[in-house]
Amino acid sequence: MTELDLQVKIGSLTLANPVMPASGAFGEDMEAVIDFNLLGAVVPKSITKHPRKGNATPRVCETAAGMMNSIGIQSKGIHYYLEHVIPYYRRYQTPLISSISADSIEEFVEMTAIIAGTEGVAALELNISCPNLKGNGAAFGMDAQLTRELIREVRQVTDKPLIAKLTPNVTSIQEIALAAEEGGADGLNVANTILAMAIDVHTRKPRIGNILGGLSGPAVKPIIVRMIYQVHQVSSLPIIGCGGVMNGEDAIEMILAGASAVQIGTASFVQPTAMLDILEEIKQYMVQYGITDIQSLVGQVAVGKHNLEGC
Amino acid sequence: MKAIQMRICSNQQVSDRYWHMKVDASELNADVQPGQFFQLRCGHDIHPLLRRPFSIYRINRMERTLEFLYLVKGAGTQRLTLMQAGEYVDVFGPLGTPFVLQDDWETILLLARGVGIATLAALAQDAAEKGVQAVAILSARSRNDLLAAETLQGFGAQVLHVTDEEQTSGVEQVRGLLDSLLQQNRIDAAFTCGSKRLSRLLQDVTRKHAIPAQIALEEHMGCAMGVCFACVCDVKEGDHLKTVRVCKEGPVFPLEKVVL
Ligand SMILES: Cc1cc2nc3c(=O)[nH]c(=O)nc-3n(C[C@H](O)[C@H](O)[C@H](O)COP(=O)(O)OP(=O)(O)OC[C@H]3O[C@@H](n4cnc5c(N)ncnc54)[C@H](O)[C@@H]3O)c2cc1C
Ligand SMILES: Cc1cc2nc3c(=O)[nH]c(=O)nc-3n(C[C@H](O)[C@H](O)[C@H](O)COP(=O)(O)O)c2cc1C
Ligand code: FES
Repeated sequence: MTELDLQVKIGSLTLANPVMPASGAFGEDMEAVIDFNLLGAVVPKSITKHPRKGNATPRVCETAAGMMNSIGIQSKGIHYYLEHVIPYYRRYQTPLISSISADSIEEFVEMTAIIAGTEGVAALELNISCPNLKGNGAAFGMDAQLTRELIREVRQVTDKPLIAKLTPNVTSIQEIALAAEEGGADGLNVANTILAMAIDVHTRKPRIGNILGGLSGPAVKPIIVRMIYQVHQVSSLPIIGCGGVMNGEDAIEMILAGASAVQIGTASFVQPTAMLDILEEIKQYMVQYGITDIQSLVGQVAVGKHNLEGC
Repeated sequence: MKAIQMRICSNQQVSDRYWHMKVDASELNADVQPGQFFQLRCGHDIHPLLRRPFSIYRINRMERTLEFLYLVKGAGTQRLTLMQAGEYVDVFGPLGTPFVLQDDWETILLLARGVGIATLAALAQDAAEKGVQAVAILSARSRNDLLAAETLQGFGAQVLHVTDEEQTSGVEQVRGLLDSLLQQNRIDAAFTCGSKRLSRLLQDVTRKHAIPAQIALEEHMGCAMGVCFACVCDVKEGDHLKTVRVCKEGPVFPLEKVVL
């Protein structure tokens, strides 16, 4: 059998394969169920500068073919991250992508400088989908100008690959993607969770403590596939598809839309070994269609020359 | 912990709202302790999507089977009732921390409300095997829901019941019952599951009588592996509050530490 080339490049970072966890749905405790050395990268939960308590419970609920969460970035703060989390992942050969969440541009810059300067961190994922206190609670990633500025500032303090995790809660994801590219990002994550709400009609109460939450799982996949496709149209940066990947075919669908790699979140809750199962299914697909290099599939959806604007 | 397809030996309705499932656990090479739980996939489709947590109701080590007792509540448990003997159910576990049962205890008290008995029954079984006497107060909506009473009596436990139907389940009435039980017996430890009101009551009573107590908590879960922080609760560590994960640090906690 011919060797399959599963490698993915994000800036100067090379991943052995395109499958990695989504931040917030992965952690050290999962080593009991999967071998981290088999993943393309490891992406622990977003880290904040100061410890954060997170939101009221229930923090998750199930919706049709999906789930909502409002964890609220419960975090032990950057000191714990430097002393415990980064050293823990050094025992694996898999590159560590640190996800950073911050309340201001200055804080993003400060945290990036510290974390990117720490041995064992291969790349950074900027979670620009969280609320920016100076912007009245709107996410940085909802504003193209802020996104450009934030990434430009962060770019000044590190040469390590920077991935901007975009929010899908915008009018034009293309505009934000371009802003991130102009700011100097090396890759784009499309995308974080979709703002959602669910109500228990019997008690008339919201079904999660925080009232609003982020929707993930199979329900969001068509929206995310559309966004990957749109972003791939305008940006030449590698895209990490994230949202609703449950199996190998879902991953291939995102790759055809324009993603170079995928992240897996909710699927790991349903099947703890999901990431490795998905990797195997990607390989099977490649063998079935005689594809030797996974990157040759990126953006290969057969759309012909449709006019995107026509409606 | 591991996800295993376990063959269903039986899955039967045992009362209006409760079902009982027994599965073949011969492929599980981990010891299971009372208080621990498993995440079951309710069906094989995308809906219901997430697994549902269920405590271990009975552990049959010789026979290598496990039993669950479940309340039919929503989509997941409804789907579970459709699964038949001979079919396979995807079971992930064992998860969480077990109850602690000290060898030198002679008598323990169990206080359960509703399906909370599913969690405490395994402990009663363990106690019986270790020669520890159990006294149980079971609280339920109706007599029809007091299904595990016989199982507990089968383990030699002394069982008292209170119900909403008979208007005997009010907190003050249960307090009276607890007080008289504590006067008549030397209770070495107490355990509870299934009701916030009763847990608060037991917290108060065991504090006054200086009896160690443990509680099994429930919280909505995502991963059940300690990575997502969906299932948190607050516990007191000295003077300060600490947020812990029910799936990992729990579901069993020292009752005096839990903020209810
Ligand atoms: C550690 C643990 C042990 C449990 N043991 C048992 C048991 O032995 N027997 C039993 O009948 N029930 C038990 N439960 C409760 C059981 O998990 C829920 O009743 C069940 O998930 C409801 O699912 P559903 O789809 O029928 O209901 P729905 O209300 O439709 O559930 C929707 C969502 O809410 C979650 N949810 C609903 N109720 C609860 C609850 N009380 N606790 C946690 N999550 C909930 C579900 O997991 C699901 O994600 C336990 C819960 C926990 C956390
Ligand atoms: C419980 C939970 C916690 C999450 N926490 C974070 C987080 O800390 N940082 C982040 O960037 N995304 C977070 N996310 C979003 C995921 O990384 C991912 O974008 C989303 O779940 C969509 O992917 P999925 O459908 O594969 O789950 C979280 C998602 C879930 C379900
Ligand atoms: S359910 Fe994920 S941490 Fe407990």
